Amino acid sequence: MSTRASTLTGRIMSAPSIIVLFLWMAVPLGMTIYFSFLRYNLLAPGTEEWIGTLNYEFFLTDPAFFASLANTLILVGSVLVITIVGGILLGLMLDQPIFGRGILRLLVIAPFFIMPTVNALVWKNLLMDPVSGMFAWLASLLGLPAIDWFTNAPLTSIIIMVAWQWLPFAVLILLTALQSLDRDQKEAAQMDGAGPLSIFFYITLPHLSRAITVVVLIETIFLLTVFAEIFVTTGGGPGLATTNIAFLVYTQALLQFDVGGASAGGIVAVILANIVAIFLIRLIGKNLDK
Amino acid sequence: MGAIRLEKVKKTFGTLDVIPGVDLEINDGEFVVFVGPSGCGKSTLLRLIAGLEDVTDGKIKINGVDVANEAPAKRGLSMVFQSYALYPHMTVFNNIAFGLKMAGESKDVINDKVNNAAKILNLTDYLDRRPGALSGGQRQRVAIGRAIVRNPAAFLFDEPLSNLDAALRVNMRLEITGLHQELKTTMIYVTHDQVEAMTMADKIVVLQAGRVEQVGKPMDLYSKPANKFVAGFIGSPKMNFLGGTQAAKYDCHEIGVRPEHLVVSTEQGEIPATVKIAEHLGAETYLHVNSDEFGPMTVRATGEMPLSGNDKIFLTPEQDRIHRFDANGLALGHPLNA
Repeated sequence: MSTRASTLTGRIMSAPSIIVLFLWMAVPLGMTIYFSFLRYNLLAPGTEEWIGTLNYEFFLTDPAFFASLANTLILVGSVLVITIVGGILLGLMLDQPIFGRGILRLLVIAPFFIMPTVNALVWKNLLMDPVSGMFAWLASLLGLPAIDWFTNAPLTSIIIMVAWQWLPFAVLILLTALQSLDRDQKEAAQMDGAGPLSIFFYITLPHLSRAITVVVLIETIFLLTVFAEIFVTTGGGPGLATTNIAFLVYTQALLQFDVGGASAGGIVAVILANIVAIFLIRLIGKNLDK
Repeated sequence: MGAIRLEKVKKTFGTLDVIPGVDLEINDGEFVVFVGPSGCGKSTLLRLIAGLEDVTDGKIKINGVDVANEAPAKRGLSMVFQSYALYPHMTVFNNIAFGLKMAGESKDVINDKVNNAAKILNLTDYLDRRPGALSGGQRQRVAIGRAIVRNPAAFLFDEPLSNLDAALRVNMRLEITGLHQELKTTMIYVTHDQVEAMTMADKIVVLQAGRVEQVGKPMDLYSKPANKFVAGFIGSPKMNFLGGTQAAKYDCHEIGVRPEHLVVSTEQGEIPATVKIAEHLGAETYLHVNSDEFGPMTVRATGEMPLSGNDKIFLTPEQDRIHRFDANGLALGHPLNA
């Protein structure tokens, strides 16, 4: 694959898909950027006009923006911590030769295959409902008052649901990494006098660093845009308590019909995601070079 | 420092008797090699001594103290693994220092010991590198360095040279032998390579199917194998086993004669044979021959032999170098002493 002819053929052959992909990415992005500089409200069609950066000024000075930015970061950070710590612990457990390991693994992986809307409905109606939910029933067994999750701890509820959904992914990646740990290394550490805790911190955890990096990067990408769970359960409320950037953009566009403002919000979200990505890759991406 | 004694050591995996019961005495400062075909239980035996496997029954005494139920680290032994098992995310320095750190040694002591070990093993220039940036031989030396610093009662080597290429293997063989002469610590070395066993050992333990077939000095095993298995396993090329008229002549079931103890003649001799393949190495010549009575045989002749395929030759065993075996494969007394 290195003669001039074959390189040229390769370029020609892969050109169609690259062109399609480029259009797929570039056209919507270009249109969004264009809309973000217009006054463009679906309630007043035909009145679009160029208003410069006014949409951005409104979006960035909106108190809702800062609230949702904070919510987004709290949501992403909490879910990352829960899934990675939980993923490592579950991975360690599933790596042991215990009875029924195959079925147990299947059960642990299962939540990942449930679509987010269904996940949210199950949590909302079957588990967290203050009247008919299982948590309320459990609380009543203990003589405790039921917790109205979505009123009293809305963001925590969202975090629990999203973490439940993403925990299997972390387990899957981390378990695979654990299984690739050389048994000789653990035995060598044993000979060197390391106890189980020392082996975990000096041998296992460094071995997992790469896998953890992968989990953090991939989960971050998806967690920045969590939407279905919020839409189905709290609708961003009470107030702005569970509104993240993605949901804020949605309210702008489809509840206030402000396409221009939503486009500006979308562009801001893209820029924020890129800042987070650069930050993450700088911080931990060097793990991937090894 | 490190005398090790195994008493009726047994190991079973489920219903499988891997080691049915081994008694063995290893003296302080001895270089002992466990050798045997793959699957003979030699690595398992080493791991039992190390404590990486639990014994099913029996005692493992180090300096008179039974350690069969002690944790590996408490036994005061160091092990060099076949895969080296270096910690990939630590520098060479930290790899070597890890055991000392776990033992809670002070920084100065660790620095001293690691630098000392690095000097012995020519690793001083590589202390800041990670294992991934080292060659096979250097990794091997780091693994040995990790073993040395703990000042163990004995070193355990699990086929440490099998991942190296042939030239490096010869070098490392010499280095390990040199290290033993310098440190004078007990070493137990597992290998399937009988050349390593012959060249390095003070004492060879030949194992088969978890049983000790024979224990002895290399030259004792060579000249007085206890049975047919040892006779065939030690020595390269393999010993020829002859029955029929030759065995009858020495009044036994079978005789064994090593390829180097057959006299070749083109005119006369006891066993007529046809050369199939002649391998000329210059210093010696290997003849793969076929005899009508005894089937394929191997001959090792010194110097150059102007023979090639299909040449007719005659072979005569050197009378005082033959080995006699009974029907069970056990060695009978030497013919000249009998």
